[in-house]
Amino acid sequence: MQVPILKQGGYLIASIQSVLTDADLLCLRDSLAERVGQFRSRGVIIDVTVLDVIDSFATRTLRAIAHMLKLLGAETVIVGIQPDVAFAMVQLGLTLQGVGTALDLEEGLSYLGDGGGQ
Amino acid sequence: MSFIEANNQTGRGPRAEAPMNRKRKRDNTNNTSVTLLPSRALPPGRRMQPDGIEQSPGETSAGLLRELVSHLRQNRTQLREVWARRITDAQLLTAMSKEEIFSEATSVYDNYVEVLETGSVEALQAYARNLSERIIPRGVETHEVVGIVLLLRDVLARSLFKKYQNDFDPLNRVLDAYEPAANRIANTVAVSFVQERERIIRQQQEAIRELSTPVLQVRERLLILPIIGVIDSQRARQLTEQLLRGIRMNRAKVVVVDITGVPTIDSTVANHLVQTIEASRLMGASVIITGLSSEIAQTLVTIGVDLHKVNAVGDLQGGIEEAERLLGYKVMMESEAAPIEQPV
Amino acid sequence: MEPEIRVVINTATDIVTARHRGRALASDLGFNGSELTIVATAISEVARNIVDHAIQGEIVLGRGQQSGKCGIVITARDRGPGICDVAQAMQYGYSTGKGLGVGLPGAKWLMDEFFIDTKIGEGTTVIMKKWLKRP
Repeated sequence: MQVPILKQGGYLIASIQSVLTDADLLCLRDSLAERVGQFRSRGVIIDVTVLDVIDSFATRTLRAIAHMLKLLGAETVIVGIQPDVAFAMVQLGLTLQGVGTALDLEEGLSYLGDGGGQ
Repeated sequence: MSFIEANNQTGRGPRAEAPMNRKRKRDNTNNTSVTLLPSRALPPGRRMQPDGIEQSPGETSAGLLRELVSHLRQNRTQLREVWARRITDAQLLTAMSKEEIFSEATSVYDNYVEVLETGSVEALQAYARNLSERIIPRGVETHEVVGIVLLLRDVLARSLFKKYQNDFDPLNRVLDAYEPAANRIANTVAVSFVQERERIIRQQQEAIRELSTPVLQVRERLLILPIIGVIDSQRARQLTEQLLRGIRMNRAKVVVVDITGVPTIDSTVANHLVQTIEASRLMGASVIITGLSSEIAQTLVTIGVDLHKVNAVGDLQGGIEEAERLLGYKVMMESEAAPIEQPV
Repeated sequence: MEPEIRVVINTATDIVTARHRGRALASDLGFNGSELTIVATAISEVARNIVDHAIQGEIVLGRGQQSGKCGIVITARDRGPGICDVAQAMQYGYSTGKGLGVGLPGAKWLMDEFFIDTKIGEGTTVIMKKWLKRP
């Protein structure tokens, strides 16, 4: 399943539409790497509102994506983690450390617009 | 019980004294209807007045019951009066006024007699639940309710004794009819009251739980969660869920969690607190903890919490100011920074 | 006796299947929103453990009853290499190189009961249970 990636000014927005398999996540990683290079994007928003579970693999992959994109000059912010999902994640000890997070798309853009980082 | 004194021919109370037929009937207290032995020769062991009177063959159990009920109805006014006076003397139902006691006494009396008449406790149960619902919030206790029912039982028993005191035999039969029914009534009222009380307590506990974990929005994007009392693991879980939902609903960017009102926490709850901070961050909100007592701070240090994760400010007021600073700071930055395309 | 739900775990896509079935069953049993996510996440972790270490296995989902409690029972079985040092594997943060090392100890945290039985060269069985909280 391809994740649609939109360009908005200097940013890319990847909106996850449905539950992703492991392969889909890896596919996303590659697509983002390609687009960031292509458009010289400064920031990437990954919208995970739809995901009902973010497990250790998903967390690892998201962190890997953020790390990789940083090397390519882009800041990553994950938006849309749902209350239940956030709760389950922290109980598992998954904290997405080192990756920016925001409530939703609007906040994500604001986060990137501030120059990133709090 | 005063009735024992009045009937003290052998120095033992009526229960201990019981002749065979009375004992047997007592086993029937589970039945809703009252049964009487058919007329027959006196069983051995039964004590009698010297001029022993045998049962008159004409009396039926139903007839005796009717007689009993009609006696109680006829003397309703004065018996109720006696009872109300004894309630006050025993200092029961102090939460209620004399008028209220009188009004409820009337209802209880009528229900009581109705059970004796019909043998069914349904109406009594419904009334008892209704009464309990009304008087429990007034602070009436279980022992008071049981107490007044036992007082009524005593008042009526005395009255029956007085009526039949010259005829030992019918007195015994009347008491045989009355006693199991009276037991059942007392039991029904007590159980209904206790059940209602438990239901109300559960309701109150739920309400307290709701009230004690409010998530308040005081400014835009700012939530305050004041926590009061001892937190256990379940409450901590509940708090976290409520907070996270609150963050989403209010689109909060900063949350101030005030634990001034929390005397102590154990390591499990301390972990929950840290998890709450981390989960809030996943949703884009930062958390400020205020009111951290030195004892709790020590607990956090002891269990090895990474204190870099905890943004603590002395008191709630300071926490709110810090929160506004964080929010205001962001607002300032946005208006200052013009949307200039940065060179790539 | 209600039928159990069996999900063969072969590839990563099966993890998603197991999660969905688990969530559906938990929902039928009466668990609330955040509990459903917790159950699904725990299933995801143990299922992934099978994919990562054992190549193939199965997850069985069923209803559990014990001392008046009702809940969900999740059994994850594989014929993988087994775990050498269970105590070590159950330590938070320990990793065999595949990443965060969160899987099993994480699942244990999420669920109410957690049992693990493993034999070198034969395989591993994990049984997890979560009970409904009655007010």
